Amino acid sequence: MTDVPANTPLARRLLRFPRRRRERLRGIPVVWVIPGLALAVALHYVAVAAGGWYAFTDWNGISASARWIGLGNFRELLRNQTARSALWHSLELAAAYVVAANVIGLALALGLHRTVKSRNLLRSLFFAPFVLSPLATAYIWRFIFDYNGPFNGMLGAVGLGGWKRTWLGDPTWALWTVLVVMVWQAAGLAMSFYLAGLQGIPEELDEAAAVDGASMWLRLRAVTLPMLAPAMTVSVALATIQGLRVFDVVMALTNGGPGDATETLSTQVFKEGFAANRYGFGAAFALVLTVLIAVISLTQILLLRRREARL
Amino acid sequence: MGLFRYTWKTFTRELVLLAAAAIWWVPFYFLVIGALKPQSEVYTTSASKLPSRLAWSNFSQAWAGTGGFTLGHSLKNSFVITVGSVLVLIAIGSISAYAISRQPKKLGTGLYLVFALGIIVPFQLGIIPTYVAMHHLHINTSYVGMILLHAGLLMPLSVFLYTGFVRTIPRDYEEAAYVDGAGRLLTFTRVVFPLLLPITATVAVLTGVIVWNDFFLQLIFLAGSENQTVPVAIYSFVGEYATNWSLIFATVILSIAPILLFYLFAQRQLIRGFTGGIKT
Repeated sequence: MTDVPANTPLARRLLRFPRRRRERLRGIPVVWVIPGLALAVALHYVAVAAGGWYAFTDWNGISASARWIGLGNFRELLRNQTARSALWHSLELAAAYVVAANVIGLALALGLHRTVKSRNLLRSLFFAPFVLSPLATAYIWRFIFDYNGPFNGMLGAVGLGGWKRTWLGDPTWALWTVLVVMVWQAAGLAMSFYLAGLQGIPEELDEAAAVDGASMWLRLRAVTLPMLAPAMTVSVALATIQGLRVFDVVMALTNGGPGDATETLSTQVFKEGFAANRYGFGAAFALVLTVLIAVISLTQILLLRRREARL
Repeated sequence: MGLFRYTWKTFTRELVLLAAAAIWWVPFYFLVIGALKPQSEVYTTSASKLPSRLAWSNFSQAWAGTGGFTLGHSLKNSFVITVGSVLVLIAIGSISAYAISRQPKKLGTGLYLVFALGIIVPFQLGIIPTYVAMHHLHINTSYVGMILLHAGLLMPLSVFLYTGFVRTIPRDYEEAAYVDGAGRLLTFTRVVFPLLLPITATVAVLTGVIVWNDFFLQLIFLAGSENQTVPVAIYSFVGEYATNWSLIFATVILSIAPILLFYLFAQRQLIRGFTGGIKT
């Protein structure tokens, strides 16, 4: 953070004033908060509460009033095959994404930490996909996984021609192909969380352990990983939320298909709520997504924090 | 103690990482090669094979877009909405944070929590009512509407970042300036705001990238409108280009170029912003 230089002529002149007279500034009018507060409250509290209400109605977005139908939308959600798959896919993707992005991110961070000469360049290269539009970059992957695309070409070249398939058009594989693209995008972010965490570990600690004869694995397990617990909490919690609400990559790669093989809660919010004009049903999906995110990420943070404290 | 010296083991590690980075960037290689290939060559030659001649016309065709909207038109929309949102987030975010940290303790903490909790509340549920309300106000496809929407959704993040920073700057300067005869507002704009420059830069790059890359909101609000932004435009272009990969890739390059260029110059700021700024 900045330090205001206290020793400049200007600063000395400013500080000359007696404390008693300076007291007058104490009150900044609270109305200065109003514009920001109004915007934030309207979009984060009022709109979300209203959305919660819509979830219990059958509003279609056109009729003048919405009819309260209680749990009707949620009963349909449980009966509806596509809705059930969407819920399940979101959970599967989120879980696999959290594990894969964090394992790869951690491995990259450990590799890049300290001695490697090109670490700044490498860090930039791995992080870059994260700042680029997930939608735009996903189209490159759609080409790569096309039947005539380079991935199948590579399989053929190394003698695995039998594995060739239309990756994004295959009901079993499409979801995991989407996962690959999500992990490619975000592993750099996990890496940078862990790199920041690694920088906080005093070099002497690691050295002392090495002098005492601790092997690299032991040092990793006993010194490095425990010290990385706070970074892990942040990275895992964030990846969970990103994974649960994945939208862009799915829309670019498969549009939810083939069939409903890659539908997620977010694609259903869009398709039911906006494309099909079933606002009430779409809101029900959004409510499920919201509750999932809230419950899972809060539990996670509490558990991980407790683990942090124990380590 | 030579524990962290550069040894042949480190060299091996460096080679492995460079190889991994090369693999990570293979998609960008295909992207550039594909965008420069004549459209007939994309399927007839291997993806990694260099083009027989450079087909720059892919770019002019991509720029022309479809459905009467050029890609340049969408780039302008994205630019206006991004810059507008960032300016609102800086102006209102900084002043809100400043006012919060200069309130009596209880009130200040209460206001801070209202903002900070907003970061955690997922916004998907609020989108449908927001859309309905903005539709009634006839601002659902306008610049103003989109700027208010993005700024409102990211305001908690901006206020959160600013408040953390404001708390670290001493009050003596502003109080002295105030006594010197500057009004409260002038004190804020002339004395306090300049001190916030480092965090302003973080807020700007962080929210700027988030707004520029947003697809979910912009698809819902802007699809089919003349104010459609780059992600919405690409999504509809690709629908029409089917598997004309040269054209799709040229479009993708033109659309990610602004952020990629920005990243070249501000990568440290961006990585630090995303790493330190997102976590709560």
